[in-house]
Amino acid sequence: MLFDYETLKLIWWLFVGVLLAGFAITDGFDLGVGALLPFLGKNDEERRVIINSVGATWEGNQVWFVTAGGAIFAAWPIVYATAFSGFYIALMLTLFALFFRPVGFDYRSKVADPRWRSVWDWGLFAGGFVPALIFGVAFGNLLQGVPFSFDNDLRVTYSGSFWQLLNPFGLLAGTVSLAMLLMHGSIYLQIRTEGVIAARARFVTRVTGAVFILAFVLAGVWIMKGIAGYRIVAMLPADVASTPLDKVVEKAAGAWMDNYSGHHWLWLAPLLAIVGALLAIVASGAKKTVAAFISSSVMIAGVIFTAGIAMFPFIMPSSTDPGSSLTIWDAVSSHKTLQIMFWVVVIFLPVVLAYTSWVYRVLRGKITVESIRANEHNVY
Amino acid sequence: MIPSAELVDLSRLQFAITALYHFLFVPLTLGLSFLLVIMESVYVMTGKEVYRDMTRFWGKLFGINFALGVTTGLTMEFQFGTNWAYYSHYVGDIFGVPLAIEGLMAFFLESTFVGLFFFGWNKLSKVQHLLVTFLVALGSNLSALWILIANGWMQNPVGAEFNYHTMRMEMTSITDLLFNPVAQVKFVHTVSAGYVTASMFVLGISAYYLLIGRDKAFAMRSIAVAAGFGLASALSVIVLGDASGYTVGEVQRVKLAAIEAEWHTEKAPAAITAFGFPNEATQRTDYAIRIPYLLGLIATRSVDEQITGIAELREGNEAKIRNGMIAYSALEKLRAGDASDETKMLFEKYKANLGYGLLLKKYTPDVADATEEQIRMASRDTIPGIAPMFWTFRIMVAISLVILFIISASFYYVAKRSIAEKKWLLKLALYSIPLPWIACEMGWIVAEYGRQPWTISGILPTRLSTSNLDPSSVYFSLAGFVGFYTLLLVAELYLMFKYARLGPQSLHTGQYGSA
Repeated sequence: MLFDYETLKLIWWLFVGVLLAGFAITDGFDLGVGALLPFLGKNDEERRVIINSVGATWEGNQVWFVTAGGAIFAAWPIVYATAFSGFYIALMLTLFALFFRPVGFDYRSKVADPRWRSVWDWGLFAGGFVPALIFGVAFGNLLQGVPFSFDNDLRVTYSGSFWQLLNPFGLLAGTVSLAMLLMHGSIYLQIRTEGVIAARARFVTRVTGAVFILAFVLAGVWIMKGIAGYRIVAMLPADVASTPLDKVVEKAAGAWMDNYSGHHWLWLAPLLAIVGALLAIVASGAKKTVAAFISSSVMIAGVIFTAGIAMFPFIMPSSTDPGSSLTIWDAVSSHKTLQIMFWVVVIFLPVVLAYTSWVYRVLRGKITVESIRANEHNVY
Repeated sequence: MIPSAELVDLSRLQFAITALYHFLFVPLTLGLSFLLVIMESVYVMTGKEVYRDMTRFWGKLFGINFALGVTTGLTMEFQFGTNWAYYSHYVGDIFGVPLAIEGLMAFFLESTFVGLFFFGWNKLSKVQHLLVTFLVALGSNLSALWILIANGWMQNPVGAEFNYHTMRMEMTSITDLLFNPVAQVKFVHTVSAGYVTASMFVLGISAYYLLIGRDKAFAMRSIAVAAGFGLASALSVIVLGDASGYTVGEVQRVKLAAIEAEWHTEKAPAAITAFGFPNEATQRTDYAIRIPYLLGLIATRSVDEQITGIAELREGNEAKIRNGMIAYSALEKLRAGDASDETKMLFEKYKANLGYGLLLKKYTPDVADATEEQIRMASRDTIPGIAPMFWTFRIMVAISLVILFIISASFYYVAKRSIAEKKWLLKLALYSIPLPWIACEMGWIVAEYGRQPWTISGILPTRLSTSNLDPSSVYFSLAGFVGFYTLLLVAELYLMFKYARLGPQSLHTGQYGSA
């Protein structure tokens, strides 16, 4: 095999990070645009402009979410099992909210009744707002550790409830992700629209950008000062097959800063998140919309890797039974499966990126009220 | 501790409902996407605008259906983790692979280009747009391939073995997984069924236009395309029905016996039971009408191969359960730290039947010391209910024959250029639109209910596969799914009827009339 088991385990941590960042950057602006729809579009035509700014491409973007889920299933099956069953109610609410998007986009403008359209507009709002919030809340809880343990058959029992997820730090992390995606969505709207909608979006970028930076810094300080991290005390060698139960873990104040203090260059991730946000605000103010979009994309990748690096090698620490924590060393698929999936990603991801950018190029250009009127029966 | 019966039943109910819902939209997507490719190809080759309008109009209906396919598909991708956590851990090393590849290779393709299909008409050349339509069809059909590779593995789990260090199944051969004969047959059968569904859809709605005397040229051409494509597909779905997939794999054989209510092994070639009333109590089929030799010929493609009956299958499974008990007790020793070669060899020898041992977990935590009575009960569990299998299969086959008739007759009268006058056939086609959906759902039940009591045939019992959830959580999600899906389905049907009634005038080209 090309890579040994240990290297592949590391590569797969990186791959999952890339897929999550891909999801947050592409579908992230669709979520943001959806959540802003009822507020930035004051009448039906303006709302159609907003919907059509993402209407033709959101579906492909959502596949990042599906693929990230599938890749976690294949590469980290026990993470897929534990996280999705543990965050059951939160995940169901996310799913129900996401239901509004495919139908909201496609069905909304096929009937003229304003009540019908209003229902779908608010549906699209929920489809953007709820996932954008809950994804952050989930990350915030991972950072604190969540209550689960395995029995000897590796059957997982999660002992927390949905309401416990909505703790102060969880909600702060939710604010980070919500502000981040609203900002990203408002920047994309500036690329695809003009006039009043773009002006309103520019205002949103400033406000959400400021909220994001504040919340992100506050969360960082909180992690440094107030949240105990986790640390592996003993484990099997990283290149052998093992289960989460084969190691000893301690919960320790400041453990989430271990990687940052050991490797100073890793501070680049949080730095990129903040600098990206600042640059995005400045570029948006100067109407350099594409530069703003690139900056906010860098910001998103920075945020995801900031959290990932803090927890590395943990994926899902257990607060009630630290030994059951899931890490990149013991929550992974077999060497063979990781190897196969490595090639799948290496071959297909560039292909996906290539045709996706072609599609965006074909569909580029501003969406305006006039373009909607001219194509009334063929656009969303 | 194993999940409660209530939790397992609820989880199964939720999975069945969400999967059956999803499968209301999938077949039409699979077939209609290729019909769009055919229509648009004719447009590109002949330049006749009616074919472009056909592509756009049927494309509109495709979009209405596609939206719900995506909605309900999202659920499927995550439900293994939410509700079947132990399953996900136990087989994710193999089962997750086709799902992940499906996302990267197929679903991305389909979803990225579907937007361009709708919004790219004025931005692409004719040939480019045709290519986009083709990629949508290719993507959705590749999706089906990967999903059925995953599903085929649940029916016939090849290329994997149990690893006692990690307490799960792990992949031994990706090629075995990909070229699983059950998956191959299932793929052909399922996509053909989708093609038939779409053909009946186009045929039935076009028949409506002819019946009310509107858009005749548009409807006639649509019927011609649908009848041609449909005839080829209907023959494929029946001839290549998955009968041949029922002779490989232990549990597939159980399914075959259940479908045929083959209570006992008979001398080859076996007779087929065309009709009758299976009676579980007496273990025989009342008022059976049997056609000699036919079953043996269809299922084994030979005259001398036997088809094992239910009683004999159950006896064989009882022996496997006993082997499974030995495997289980060896596994417990290995897990407790016994590293002796003797225990390892014992486990290696019997581990293929470990899953059968796990069937006993339903009756006792102490699998290695199960009583005779418990072993008997577990072996009875290895046979799914005969009557549901027998009937759902027959409904599916009966419908396929009706459909084959409608499509063949349409094809014949299209060729004779007299279909517009055959009011009886047009009416029949119109009112038969729901039939392929019923057949598809029945097919799903045969395949998935017939797999019980397993999630992974012979490997992992359904009873052990679920997450450890509070039943109230599943009641909540189940209510959510039923509520949301029902509302969305109502909206979908409303739009589907609205646009099907409007017909091509909904394109606003000014060429199509309202009456």
